Amino acid sequence: MQIRISNSDLDPYREIQQYQAAQTHLAGKYGATTVFIGSMREMNQDDAVVKMQLEHYQGMTEQYLQGIAQRAIDKWGLLDVLIVHRVGEITPDDPIVVVAVWSAHRAAAYEANRFLMEELKSHAPFWKKETLANKQTRWVEKNTPGYSS
Amino acid sequence: MYAQFFHDTIAKLKSMSIKVKFFARLREQFGVSELSLAADQTHTVLQVWQHSTQQPTLGLNILTAVNMQYVAADYPVKDGDEVAFFPPVTGG
Repeated sequence: MQIRISNSDLDPYREIQQYQAAQTHLAGKYGATTVFIGSMREMNQDDAVVKMQLEHYQGMTEQYLQGIAQRAIDKWGLLDVLIVHRVGEITPDDPIVVVAVWSAHRAAAYEANRFLMEELKSHAPFWKKETLANKQTRWVEKNTPGYSS
Repeated sequence: MYAQFFHDTIAKLKSMSIKVKFFARLREQFGVSELSLAADQTHTVLQVWQHSTQQPTLGLNILTAVNMQYVAADYPVKDGDEVAFFPPVTGG
């Protein structure tokens, strides 16, 4: 399992490729890999957004993500989990998060990936501050309810 | 001997506090990201909020954590704890 908060540009495909290559225990064992990549959009709540500042609670965020990754591994018998999340200043099209799950079969990989993303979005301590096209800034505070099976 | 006494006293005073953190909108609203409170004035998360912000009530959507774990406002706080207040989270 790897949980990482990145303060610089994130290349999700490279992250996945490099991580998988280093996990020799996966070789010959995984039949399914699901990948979720979240990226910044240029519109939010009907407004044009030019950039965004992402912050987190150092320590608690990592601990929370490790907790949900371990829960997913235990519940679905996963082989491995990778979560990388951006912080700092980003612009539209920049990747925000990558969640990759390796398992023997696809059902577990799909469901566990959805669980991880829903729990991350609803509970992991990250915050977004948007800068709109008209230079105004605003904190995003609209949350989502979390995982339900 | 006195040096040891002062050393011990200072160490004791230093440990007799609660670290309070504010994030995102709350940090901007209060103009502070971190402060220290005397542990003897506080018993619950809500009281830590009241002492550190001078506001009587905790907004409904404000989240609270002690030592990096989510807790409710009536959770007891002890000497040396880290208490955090933050708005709804919006990662991903």
